[in-house]
Amino acid sequence: MGGVEGVYKILKKRTLGPEIREYVVEAPDVARVAKAGQFIVLRLHERGERIPLTIVECDPQSGGVTLVVQEVGKSTREMGDRFHEGDTILDLAGPLGEPSEIESYGTVVCVGGGLGIAPLYPIARDLKRAGNTVIGIIGARSEELLFYEDRMSAVCDELRVMTDDGSNGNKGFVSDPLREILASGREVERVWAIGPAIMMKVCSEVTREFGVPTIVSLNSVMIDGTGMCGGCRVNVGGVAKFACVDGPEFDGHRVDFDLLMLRQGYYAEEEACALERYVKGSAEGAAT
Amino acid sequence: MIVEKQTPMREQAPDVRGRNFDEVPFGYSEDEAVFEAERCLQCKAAPCVGGCPVGIDIPGFIEDVKHRRFAEAIARIKRDNALPAVCGRVCPQENQCQGVCALGVRFEPVAIGRLERFCADWEAEHEPCCPDVGPDTGKRVAVIGAGPAGLTAAGELRKLGHAVTVFELLHEAGGVLMYGIPEFRLPKAIVRREIDTLCRMGVVIEVNKVVGRVCTVDELLASGYDAVFIGTGAGLPRFLGIPGENLNGVYSANEFLTRTNLMSAYRFPEYDTPIKVGKRVVTVGGGNVAMDSSRTALRLGAKESIIVYRRGEEEIPARAEEVHHAREEGIQFRLLTDPIEFIGEDGRLRAVRCLRMDLGAPDESGRRRPVPIEGSEFEFEIDNAIIAIGNGPHPLIPQTTKDLDLNRRGNIVADPETGQTSKAGVFAGGDIVTGAATVIEAMGAGKRAAAAIDAFLKGSAR
Repeated sequence: MGGVEGVYKILKKRTLGPEIREYVVEAPDVARVAKAGQFIVLRLHERGERIPLTIVECDPQSGGVTLVVQEVGKSTREMGDRFHEGDTILDLAGPLGEPSEIESYGTVVCVGGGLGIAPLYPIARDLKRAGNTVIGIIGARSEELLFYEDRMSAVCDELRVMTDDGSNGNKGFVSDPLREILASGREVERVWAIGPAIMMKVCSEVTREFGVPTIVSLNSVMIDGTGMCGGCRVNVGGVAKFACVDGPEFDGHRVDFDLLMLRQGYYAEEEACALERYVKGSAEGAAT
Repeated sequence: MIVEKQTPMREQAPDVRGRNFDEVPFGYSEDEAVFEAERCLQCKAAPCVGGCPVGIDIPGFIEDVKHRRFAEAIARIKRDNALPAVCGRVCPQENQCQGVCALGVRFEPVAIGRLERFCADWEAEHEPCCPDVGPDTGKRVAVIGAGPAGLTAAGELRKLGHAVTVFELLHEAGGVLMYGIPEFRLPKAIVRREIDTLCRMGVVIEVNKVVGRVCTVDELLASGYDAVFIGTGAGLPRFLGIPGENLNGVYSANEFLTRTNLMSAYRFPEYDTPIKVGKRVVTVGGGNVAMDSSRTALRLGAKESIIVYRRGEEEIPARAEEVHHAREEGIQFRLLTDPIEFIGEDGRLRAVRCLRMDLGAPDESGRRRPVPIEGSEFEFEIDNAIIAIGNGPHPLIPQTTKDLDLNRRGNIVADPETGQTSKAGVFAGGDIVTGAATVIEAMGAGKRAAAAIDAFLKGSAR
């Protein structure tokens, strides 16, 4: 109704960790033009919400767009449970947002925390291609939640891998090796830090001490992803910016992360209610 | 003997409708429509036609209704208007056709809008009328934006035999008709039905296509489109720029209405998109969007829904009918009041601080300028605020299209008669050109641009 429906077929699906899955979705228009740092918005079905997801990789040949999804709420859980290879997603729009500024800077550090490793990977890859020396730092709560270690090490000159609980033998936060590298006196021209808001905040505080320009990618709550709702507004240097069209990448030293975290949590109650209802429904469905 | 007053339209009682999303007025029955049509003087001058931005043959269709030729009536309307069920509901008729009705000089004007709505609804219950499509011209036109301007241009161009593809960035066509205007004022099924007619005429609509990102206007021209029409609207929400505006609980009207309408958040958790509405909700602004927002807040459970507007009663820009409906439903109006700060607690909105205003000399809009009264600051507790003070042009196409002249507000510069922009083969119309206006004005611009595009295509064929 009201338009030609796209066919966004799931070409591949694989599990990267507990409740973390990688999808390759067929969206040739997007795959043809998307650049590192951009995102798409997808909607699973008629009653679905619009979910913004950063693009990991595109294959213009197959038309595949790679996305990594962590199953944190109702919609992402449903995607993991009910959308398999060969199935189609109702809507997918993109690429959205401004691409990362890939240049030859010299030495750069790319820091990825948790699911942030997924959007970080193409940036590190393109920075490497542009001739930078790329130091990668990735981390997660525990070893089983880590992914893309192989892909990151393939595009980084050096890679540090951390876990909060030390389950991979390297206990600590991603900000620890970041501080160590900067304190060692190595010339670092720029830092990318992508992950949970608190991790980006801490990394930005570390780099501020050393005066190293730092880019963060903000995942605020949004509806359309094209500048129309203003729900994703963030305070950057005292000015309201829209993460969807002005970002998603911003100067980490100017972002008000506390506001971002507050805004990200606004619908926590509703999200919990939707998830509970879904889990209950799935259990009842399984019982019959 | 002339009946002095309009035939009233039955509607849901205010205390009932304030709690549901069903359409407020029920529409005319056949007998009521015929009775109202008989009031038309069928005057020769027919000023109503000139008052209609798309120039519908109003006396003609009313005469059809009078003689119960309902199928003829709707066919006649559709010759000039692709979206009659929409226009019959949301046009500001009091300022247009009905504002210049000869009967209106002494009595209430003929209820032209209600009759238009009746004809469109009659059609929905009977044979759908699909306008004739001319022979294939071999020309292709790309329309960017499936809102009122784009859909009208698409329909007109298709009637002339051109192949038309409409690119829409959202997942559903309709633009503001889908995401902005609420269900209780314009049921979405009606919008879908009108769009369906266009599709049956052969208009192709591609949703989820973000022109500006996925391809540029130049790439469309290079890929075989002979002309482009830009109707991307006024989608960029304006904020007040006052402290506390980023607190949780402060919505732009666009976000509030998009969640509710396009995403059906009023049916959460059955639908996945949530919305939060507390006990006391303030809507800032005095236009139709402010009325829609405050009435939506009421339906979502607000105990008190309050309009805060910095000018006075006389200056309220919303349609009289919307203000009337809002008042009936219990929306409170705090006029001559200007918010200066939102006050939060733990990151959530708690109160709004306002100034009382006085009216000074007229400003550039011709309305009396609101002037703050010194020392009049006061604050009151609120749970949500909705900012409905207007929208700027959607920035994507202006930012990504080379050689497209813009004015200082960021709107596309286009000839008001033809929609011609500074770029050859590229036309524009609707809110992206004029700034936020009405559905029917955007439709008028789409229609005029379609005629100009047709002339351009014929010229380029030689």
